[in-house]
Amino acid sequence: MKVGVLALQGAFKLHVKALEQFGVEAIEVRNLENFNSVEALIIPGGESTTMSFLLESTGMFEAIKESSAEGMPILGTCAGMILLSSKITDGRSDQNPLGLVNIETRRNGYGRQIDSFESDLSIKGFDRSFRGIFIRAPLVEKVGSEVEVLAEVNNRPVMCKQGSVLVTSFHPELADDTRIHTEFLEMLSKS
Amino acid sequence: MDEFSHDKGTRLVKRGLAEMLKGGVIMDVVDANQAKVAEDSGAVAVMALERVPADIRRDGGVARMSDPEMIEEIKNVVTVPVMAKARIGHFAEAQILQSIGVDYIDESEVLTPADEAHHIDKWKFDAPFVCGATNLGEALRRISEGACLIRSKGEAGTGNIVEAVRHLRSILGDIGKISQADSAELFDWAKRLQAPLPLLQEVSETAELPVPIFCAGGIATPADASLVMQLGAQAVFVGSGIFKSEDPAPRARAIVEATTNYLDPSIIAKVSRKLGEPMTGIEMDSIETRLAERGW
Repeated sequence: MKVGVLALQGAFKLHVKALEQFGVEAIEVRNLENFNSVEALIIPGGESTTMSFLLESTGMFEAIKESSAEGMPILGTCAGMILLSSKITDGRSDQNPLGLVNIETRRNGYGRQIDSFESDLSIKGFDRSFRGIFIRAPLVEKVGSEVEVLAEVNNRPVMCKQGSVLVTSFHPELADDTRIHTEFLEMLSKS
Repeated sequence: MDEFSHDKGTRLVKRGLAEMLKGGVIMDVVDANQAKVAEDSGAVAVMALERVPADIRRDGGVARMSDPEMIEEIKNVVTVPVMAKARIGHFAEAQILQSIGVDYIDESEVLTPADEAHHIDKWKFDAPFVCGATNLGEALRRISEGACLIRSKGEAGTGNIVEAVRHLRSILGDIGKISQADSAELFDWAKRLQAPLPLLQEVSETAELPVPIFCAGGIATPADASLVMQLGAQAVFVGSGIFKSEDPAPRARAIVEATTNYLDPSIIAKVSRKLGEPMTGIEMDSIETRLAERGW
């Protein structure tokens, strides 16, 4: 089982580390060739404007959409959530979302770095709380009826799932807790 | 936002932002127009300052924190994090930068130091700090004062990569040696590097710095970015190298692509074509002020 981690920029090494704890082969994905060798993809935290620029220049933007339509499991954290959403507010004017989860996101919707925070989350299906680390996190402003909301902060969704795509506005890769990666790998084994 | 239990300014939250900048390019910008060009070219963050280091070097005089109005203007036009510089030891400038919502404060040797003995106590701030270092001892002293990110100093405003390479090799080389040292040797390392023992013990165990390490000072070409990334830098700061070149936007994009694809010379060859003249650059023997010697 090969799981790709989009390595254009951002916290990709931390996701690779988390996957390796499960003995999963993690591939850093920088181009189409890398992407075509993987069965699932993680889009890490980072700057979504930079990643969308590089996704387009490498031709991976369309490839990810096509693979997702065929059922490829995808996990997006923070910037990953923004890129996977159906509409981005306060992004760069030419920033196209992948549109694989029917949610609308506002970049830095919780404020600037000074407002970044940690909070204990209760996540559907988890028996104890998960420490969510929110860094210049996106705010989910609208959720389509086909989207399952798995966790909320202040009555706003922070973890959502639609089909084979799982997204979080926080950074499970920064927490010393791999339960969200476990959840994702279970989705993968079922697909 | 205040109706639920949450913690701000924690170590994870402050150090976490640097994780998100890894593999990216942070660009110096002097106005809103340049900031926009930087963001559109794929910068992960911008450093707002009134004069790029090459101009500070040329003009001389005391270099201070930028006008908050100018920083605000830049904040208003970009969505990526905005960094700004405070003088070494000038905690009042840092307080101002934090109060206007700057995302990262650079306690920087590029500005004229305000205190000859003390750096800022960075633990007191909720905003994260980046500091420069020329060697491992200096890096660990800054981390002990609360820096969340270290950048190799290089020699800012020269367009010459030689000093950045020296500093990176020194820091990462010593980390390699310390990871091989036995516990008794660590006491001697702590003495020689004038660094806190607990931090050295942590470095010895993990074989890496407790915070990310980026490279600054002299990057002018896509090949320079690839060089320092291959040496072990986790992201790059480009100061004068972009907006002091002939054609900034294509050069900025090329350096972004080179930083992501630093291991693939064929991509770097492709993006390096027809970029126009890079900044002129200065040979080390001909400079009067070594900015890297500021700070201790």
